[in-house]
Amino acid sequence: MRIALSCGKLAFAFLAIAVFSLAHAAGQASSIPATRLINPEDLVKLIQSPGKDEPLMIQVGSHVLFTQAHIPGSEYIGPASTESGIQQLRKRVESLPRTKFIVLYCGCCPWGHCPNVKPADDALQSMGFTNVKVLYISDNFGTNWVDKGYPVAKGE
Amino acid sequence: MLAAGALALGAVVAHYAVPHRHAPRVATQNAATRLAAPDFSLPQPDGPDLRLSSYRGKVVLLDFWATWCDPCREEIPHLVELQQRYGDRGLQIIGISMDDSIEPVRPFYQQFHMNYPVVMGTAKTGELYGGVLGLPITFLIDRDGRIYSKHIGATDAAVFEREIKSLL
Repeated sequence: MRIALSCGKLAFAFLAIAVFSLAHAAGQASSIPATRLINPEDLVKLIQSPGKDEPLMIQVGSHVLFTQAHIPGSEYIGPASTESGIQQLRKRVESLPRTKFIVLYCGCCPWGHCPNVKPADDALQSMGFTNVKVLYISDNFGTNWVDKGYPVAKGE
Repeated sequence: MLAAGALALGAVVAHYAVPHRHAPRVATQNAATRLAAPDFSLPQPDGPDLRLSSYRGKVVLLDFWATWCDPCREEIPHLVELQQRYGDRGLQIIGISMDDSIEPVRPFYQQFHMNYPVVMGTAKTGELYGGVLGLPITFLIDRDGRIYSKHIGATDAAVFEREIKSLL
């Protein structure tokens, strides 16, 4: 009887963790549809062969990280996990045509842990933007961009 | 039976729902090849500036983190435990917050019962340490002020503990 009760409690704890994890993951980058992602190598090709479809690139993470290294030509907006970051993002894009090609990126943390790209993507989707891509950074900006030798700019 | 089924279901759901901990990148140096840890003096949220070189003679675990960084939040309770366990044997953990402002750091410090000093880092601090372009990044520094190891990404407490014990 005691064993059955313990098993029941254990199972409940496991389920609770699983439900919490699902809820947590829903607000994370891993829930962005694959069709809206762009790989670093594909973005590099785009940057290096500018044409009519030049994207507006927006960094939605930390300013301290942006100052150390960012994609040349990209703009710093602020962490989209904060209300002020989302407001800044909305303000920056509100006057743009809804078909504008926009690339969002962060790279603060491993993809599944990034708190910024999902809220930023959600905000642009809710504003009606139809051509948004999110840069898929699996580990962090240093490992998946800078260490690969892709173009980097420093400073504000 | 029901419990076993629930356990199995929970395990499957958790497997796909929980972002997997990436294997951290680590570089460990033997005594002959260790580089000196760059010195810095940085402000604490509620205290005087902290200078790294004033901890010479201690084993220092330097943790670059931020309040909004999930893996950092997972690691910090383990760092608090390590400080408690090995502090009197010569371990000193120092947190370098890479937050853009000091405001979220103060309540975080209280909430997580942090028992080691935290300073506010800058882009320059990150560059001193080869670029902190992702969090967390942790350096373990020996008693002579030289870098023993660098861990990129969340790291198991057991790994830190093993390295700390080898340096104490």
